Amino acid sequence: MKVLVFIEQRDGKVKSSAYEALTVGARLAGSPADAAAVLVGADVASLASQMAGYGVDKVYTVSGAEFALYNAMGYSAAVEAAIKDFSPQVVVGVASPMGRDFFPRLAARMDAALLTDVIAVEWKDGALHGTKPMYSGKCRAHLVSQNCNLHMVTIRPNVMPAQKSASGAATASALPVAGASALMNTMKTLEIRKGKSEKADLTDAKLIISGGRAMANADNFKILHECADVIGATVGASRAAVDSGYATHDMQVGQTGKTVNPNLYIACGISGSIQHMAGMRTSKVIVAVNTDKDAPIFTIANYGIVGDLFKVVPVLTKKLNELVGH
Amino acid sequence: MKIVVLLKQTPDTETKIKIDASGSAIDHADTKFIINPYDEFAIEEALQTKEKAGGTPEVVIMSFGDDKARELIIKGLAMGGDRGVLISNAGLETADSLTVAKVLAAAIKAEGASLVLCGRQAIDDDNMHVGTMAAELLSWPHVNVVTKMALNGEKVTVEREVEGGKVEVYEVGLPAVFGAHKSLNTPRYASLPGIMKAKKKPFETKSPADYGLNSADLKGKIKVAIKSFEYPPAKPAGKLFQGEEIEVMVEKVVKLLREEAKII
Repeated sequence: MKVLVFIEQRDGKVKSSAYEALTVGARLAGSPADAAAVLVGADVASLASQMAGYGVDKVYTVSGAEFALYNAMGYSAAVEAAIKDFSPQVVVGVASPMGRDFFPRLAARMDAALLTDVIAVEWKDGALHGTKPMYSGKCRAHLVSQNCNLHMVTIRPNVMPAQKSASGAATASALPVAGASALMNTMKTLEIRKGKSEKADLTDAKLIISGGRAMANADNFKILHECADVIGATVGASRAAVDSGYATHDMQVGQTGKTVNPNLYIACGISGSIQHMAGMRTSKVIVAVNTDKDAPIFTIANYGIVGDLFKVVPVLTKKLNELVGH
Repeated sequence: MKIVVLLKQTPDTETKIKIDASGSAIDHADTKFIINPYDEFAIEEALQTKEKAGGTPEVVIMSFGDDKARELIIKGLAMGGDRGVLISNAGLETADSLTVAKVLAAAIKAEGASLVLCGRQAIDDDNMHVGTMAAELLSWPHVNVVTKMALNGEKVTVEREVEGGKVEVYEVGLPAVFGAHKSLNTPRYASLPGIMKAKKKPFETKSPADYGLNSADLKGKIKVAIKSFEYPPAKPAGKLFQGEEIEVMVEKVVKLLREEAKII
């Protein structure tokens, strides 16, 4: 079966989760000859060789000044051109802000099935079967594609690990895409402003330390930042902390905030409302610190400490610093 | 200018999700339904846009769903919407995102709307599909996860939040679809006079056939089916430390993180 994988890059840097998508694509295709990748950007020809050994023989490169900044119109046109050239049955991407933005547009254009943000995916009996967390992870749905010739899927980052094999020549093949600029007449990307923080965004973070209502004010988040700095973690917050004005919206973990999936999640003074736990329960290891031994957060924590976060966190920072600090 | 706000009914965020006996549906018998939280930001943005334009644009609150959506549309009218449209999903209860987008796109076209606002995603299926798909079917641009928007005549400057705190800034020509994120605005509460007035505002109940679509035909083209649901695997009981010196408890947890979990 032929499979096309969209490789996300920004400013010439390939996103690490793109290799997870490649690994899934190569597995579904079964043979490097049946798998291709597509890169879109200002000048992406030189990036193709980075895909070598990931099970794809061909890498379409769509280069042009008009693709320098992400634009849903331009990027859908580029990937559409690759689909038309390669005629895949399956298109794989990542459920990143970019993938989630233009895959639905492309699926509607191609009249394709689209499975979004899956944590497992198989091809069986001529259909794509995917497992997708719903209701922010309170349950999972088994989705199956039907009634279509093209099946599209985005995978949740940091769930299915990237695996390099020996195969896959990843030969670059320049694909001209005309007329993308005209499509962008109705929608211009003026600029992409850099974030203020150097740290990983919550949704990409491998380590997260979050504070809840018990933080009591915005200043107190300082102790979480000190701990985060020692291990390179990103600081998050519960909705209660955000609604109380202790933390900003972009820090919110939970059903109306971000769904996170780090290797380690440290919850400080978070009781564990249903909507908060929905957003972080798939974290690989959860540490909870709370004064209330009956707090629901302890039911999903691997390690819990019943105690005052203002006493526990500074000690934790000190101990972690002894272990990993410089 | 006419503004359409797309609204979806979703379970309250504190709802405990129960899978029914068949295993292929959610048991909503005890579920309290609310306006999808992100859709409230879309309603607010529509109302502010109308106010800035001197009150001329009509704000239509539209939903594809069952009769439970009626009271939620009326809640949108109580906030200040002008007219409600409920498109019945009878016979299309298992519709996938693309099917819903086909119906809504046809309805938006029939309305002659030039600005469509919706929430960034519904908090039930968490798909983030319908607004974008409807835009594509209408050949309109879309920007989702919008944190800021300013309308200047036929052009809208919008900011969209992506990962790492990065912000994409777009200039978009109308007609277009925008998906609202949390920080876009602060949704107003419906006032008591607003609630009283809402019940008297125009409200239409439609079906896909009213927009020239055949439900049976649409049903035959549903591309994504939900075969079953399951709960996430239960976490094995963790280790809880209490009643000891803080130093001792933290020491133990850090040791476990290194030696058992191998994280640090």
